[in-house]
This record gives sequence, C-alpha cells and structure tokens, in this order.
Amino acid sequence: MTKEMVCIVCPMGCRLTVTSADDTGTLNVIGNQCKRGEAYAIEEMTNPTRMLPTTMIIRGSLLKRLPVRTEKPIPKELIFEAMKKIDDVVVEAPIKRGDVVISNLLGTGVNVIASRSMKHI
Amino acid sequence: MTQYDIVVIGGGPAGLAAAVEAREQGAKSILVIERDRELGGILQQCIHNGFGLRVFNEELTGPEYAERFIDELEAMAIEYLLDTMVLEITQDRQIIISNSEKGIQIINAKSIVLAMGCRERTRGALAIPGYRPAGVFNAGTAQRYINVEGYMVGKRVVILGSGDIGLIMARRMTLEGAQVLAVAEIMPFSGGLTRNIVQCLDDYNIPLMLSHTITAIKGKDRVEGVVIQKVDQKMQPIPGTEIEYKCDTILLSVGLIPENELSRKAGIAIDPVTNGPVVNSNMETTIPGIFACGNVVHVHDLVDFVTEESRHAGNAAAKYVMDESRSNHKGTVIRTKAEEGVGYIVPQQIDMDSIDGKVALFMRVRNVYHNASLSVKLGGVEIKRVKHRHLAPGEMVRVDIDKQLIKETQAEMTVSVVLEEGRV
Ligand SMILES: Cc1cc2nc3c(=O)[nH]c(=O)nc-3n(C[C@H](O)[C@H](O)[C@H](O)COP(=O)(O)OP(=O)(O)OC[C@H]3O[C@@H](n4cnc5c(N)ncnc54)[C@H](O)[C@@H]3O)c2cc1C
Ligand code: SF4
Repeated sequence: MTKEMVCIVCPMGCRLTVTSADDTGTLNVIGNQCKRGEAYAIEEMTNPTRMLPTTMIIRGSLLKRLPVRTEKPIPKELIFEAMKKIDDVVVEAPIKRGDVVISNLLGTGVNVIASRSMKHI
Repeated sequence: MTQYDIVVIGGGPAGLAAAVEAREQGAKSILVIERDRELGGILQQCIHNGFGLRVFNEELTGPEYAERFIDELEAMAIEYLLDTMVLEITQDRQIIISNSEKGIQIINAKSIVLAMGCRERTRGALAIPGYRPAGVFNAGTAQRYINVEGYMVGKRVVILGSGDIGLIMARRMTLEGAQVLAVAEIMPFSGGLTRNIVQCLDDYNIPLMLSHTITAIKGKDRVEGVVIQKVDQKMQPIPGTEIEYKCDTILLSVGLIPENELSRKAGIAIDPVTNGPVVNSNMETTIPGIFACGNVVHVHDLVDFVTEESRHAGNAAAKYVMDESRSNHKGTVIRTKAEEGVGYIVPQQIDMDSIDGKVALFMRVRNVYHNASLSVKLGGVEIKRVKHRHLAPGEMVRVDIDKQLIKETQAEMTVSVVLEEGRV
C-alpha cells in the first residue's frame, strides 16, 4: 500500500510517499528532507492524532457558546464522535479558562477544557 | 476635556500588547478604546489552535491567547472603554469618540497608537454576476456567527479563496455537520499555510481547486448553486470547463484590507501596497506622536508577530510621551524598497537615531521559491544575505539588520529574492 502526504512539521512542506511492505508491514518513507519528516509520516500512518477545538452550549453568560478544546490531541478517527459528545453537554457560567468541562473524553484519558473565562450575568 | 498620555485605538492583540508594553515602560495614563462588547479583537472568534508558538512556546487557541493579555491589562489596571467607537482623530491628537452611554466625547492624547486591525474584502469588491441571494457570507462573518453567536450558516457549502480563514472555516463547517463541496482558488497556489491545507482540507477529503474561480451564482432568494470554472494564465475563465455545484451557502475568503478610514482622514500617509500607514522603524506614522501596529499596518498571518510589533510600538509611544524630541522625521532616515520578488517591506523608513542594536524588517515575497536567498542592499551594496529553503507569499518573513551594518547614508535599503543560480 502506498500513501501520499505533505509533511507539516516545518514550512518546507515536503511531499512524502509512504509504502508499507505487504508481508512485514514495514513502513518506508521517501521525499522527506530530514528525519522529522519520516517520524511524522510513520505517526500519521500508525496513530494519527489531532487537537479538537470547538464550542459548547453555555448558560447564564453574555454569550451562548463557550469555546473549548481538547487538552491534548486525540485519535483522528474519534473526531466526529467527540463532536457529538461535546454537543450533548451544557455548562453553566461562571467558567474560568482552563476549567475541565468534560473529563476523560470518550475514554481517551484526555479532558476537554474551556478556552476562555465567562462571567455569570 | 479628558487627557491621557497614550490612547490606543482597538482592543485586539495589537492594542493590548501596545498598552501593556507602554505601561511596562512607565507610561502612566493609558486608555484603550474598543468598539466591540469585549476586548480581544478577531481572536475571540478564532477558536482554533495555532496561536502563540513563538511568544508562549505553546499552541493556544485565539481566545486563550487574547485572555492572557486581557489578564495582564487588568492586572496593571489599564483603563479601557468597550462599545465605544472612535469616529475621528486629528493631527494634534484629539480623539472623537461615541458610545450610547455618554454620546460624543473628545479626548486629548499626547500619543496615539492605531490598532484597528483589518476588515474582509466583500463581494462588492469582486465581480461575480448574478442576483444577490441570501447565503453569501464573508468567511470571517460566518466564523463569528458560528463560533461566537452559535448560529449555523448553511448545509452545503462552496468556499471561494484559499486563505487561512477559508481553510479554517472549511474544517469548522464540516465538524458542525455541513458538507463542504470544494474550495476554489483563482491563483495557481494557495495563500494559506500548508498546515491548514493538510489539517483542514486533506483530513476531510475537501478538494482544493487551484486556478479555479466562481463565475456564476444560481438562485434568487437563497443561493441554490454555483458555477466554478478553470482560469488561464491571465486569470480569464476557460470556456467549456464549467462545473456546477448545488449548494445553499458560499463563503468568500478573498483577503483582508487594513481598516484605515481614521488614518486617512487624519492625513496620515498610506502605503498603496500594504494599504496601511507608512511607518518608520519606531512604528511611528508620518504624523509625529501617532504610532500604528498589527493588522492595521499590514495583514499578519501569525499573531505572535503582531504582538512583537505592537510591543515595539507601545515602547516607542511611551518614550515619546516622556521626551517628545524623540519623534523621528528629524535625524537620518533611510527608505526601504521592495525589489524583485519582494511585495512590500515594513517599516518603509528606518530612523537611524531611534534604533538600538538592530532593526527588524517584515516582508512578503510575491511567489513560492525553494532554496532562495533574501539579499539586503544599502545604496546598491549587499550588506546581508539570508538563505531560505522555502519562501511563500502566505508566510511573512522577518529579517533583522544590525545597526552597525547600516552606514549612515541617504541611500535606499532594498531587499530582493535571489535564486541559488542567480537573479530571479
Ligand atoms: C480568521 C482568522 C484566522 C487566523 N488564524 C491565525 C492562526 O491560526 N494563528 C495565528 O497566529 N494568527 C492567526 N490569525 C491572525 C491574527 O489573529 C491577527 O493577525 C491578529 O488578530 C491581528 O490583531 P490586531 O489587533 O491587529 O487586529 P484585530 O484582532 O482585528 O483587532 C482590532 C480591534 O480594533 C477594533 N476597532 C477597529 N476600528 C475601531 C474604531 N474605529 N473604534 C474602536 N475600535 C475599533 C476592532 O473592533 C477590533 O477589536 C488569524 C486571523 C483571522 C482573521
Ligand atoms: S521532511 Fe523535514 S524538511 Fe521536509 S517538511 Fe518535514 S520537517 Fe520540513
């Protein structure tokens, strides 16, 4: 199997081609200009993760949406499920930046935290 | 009449950093004026991560980045006004403001820092034929509706323009359940960061159509579809390449323009390329005592650069207040000039008396270059050359020049792109 991707570790944006050997599954990366590109490609093939910033409903504050984010990157394939989970939760003002609004999101061990403070009105 | 040492216009990251730095330098009475209901500027709607890698060594979201500076401002007890619009500023530094509570008021300032940011180019600035149905939004407006107000703007979306705001919104709309059909970009390359192309488009299999543009919008009351066409090298649509998409929403991400009505009215010289005030190495405009920083000067892609530049402006404003003779336009001034491959340089003037140690030049190149150098010349003689493996119009470049490299002369300082093999 072969996959094409663009390395985003630095602004060079090298175009990488990753091939996995059919029998052993060993990954081979070409097109990278440095070691970091190889590590990135292998991570993307074996365990891709992303930060998830979004908003959730907040009650009792000036604004109706509270910006939140995962404290750490979560597995990429869980993104849509995580969005659903975050949509189901409603928080009450006041909130302080960094407050945990959902702990252990979908069993990943990663918390969802508030991106800003919001006062109660 | 109220009197302040420094009045900062705009409470975005530029205004906040300028105010905080001016206070650190000892300026006493400082006022920040913001027309919105809260401080933070555009950052409050940029809920995605990717801010602060340079300044805080951390990857923060827009609101997190803003709140760190708002906290500092509050801790220093710097005064600010919200829901207050600056209507006019004058050459002798009077500021006319208006808010619903107190109506129109006049404030006097020893020094003014302009930090009004920029606004989005609108559809009017583009020539797309058709009716004007509902469902056409500026990407930044849609961002505010979704992220701050909590309204979803549509279900099937086509985006025109591949600047960062368009890319970020492609992902945001997808996550919120919309279907983003395509991003059309008239240029043969994207003005957005590679990282955003990968994480906002490739991750969700959203096609990026380079050298394509929207040539017609269908629908009378609400958008019903668009026609996208390939363009030739002269950016003219090629007949026979039309593709029609059924969609209910179009987002325009076709660029930002510095917000300079106030500056123009006051008689500040504006650079026709950046659309921002002409500034010197102190971020002082052509009117003594009026400084400018952030997106009002030139559009930045990284807020970290905004913060650095604005601290510099705040510092200069504080020093000006303590000693007005520090104003420039006096000693030796060297003009900077963008040459081959370089679009513009900020500052446009280097004021030799006021630089300590080094001067930072910010610039954008015109094209994508690999393995090229930026060559800085003074009076035609190269004084510095910096190698870059990658240069792109979407990524602002900073070049620092040591003061001792700059012999006091009346000559111009130029910067050009030089390819490894020779001249561009
Ligand atoms: C959609 C988007 C995404 C971005 N993503 C990133 C990113 O991922 N990483 C990154 O580092 N940077 C990013 N940036 C860039 C960064 O956010 C900006 O460069 C930065 O916010 C500019 O700061 P500013 O203070 O100059 O302008 P602004 O944030 O626009 O602030 C200007 C303020 O001035 C106020 N104002 C204007 N006129 C008046 C007036 N007459 N009277 C009173 N107040 C006035 C406005 O209301 C506003 O609050 C992004 C920008 C945008 C638009
Ligand atoms: S492979 Fe190395 S040089 Fe190329 S983009 Fe990745 S980090 Fe940069």
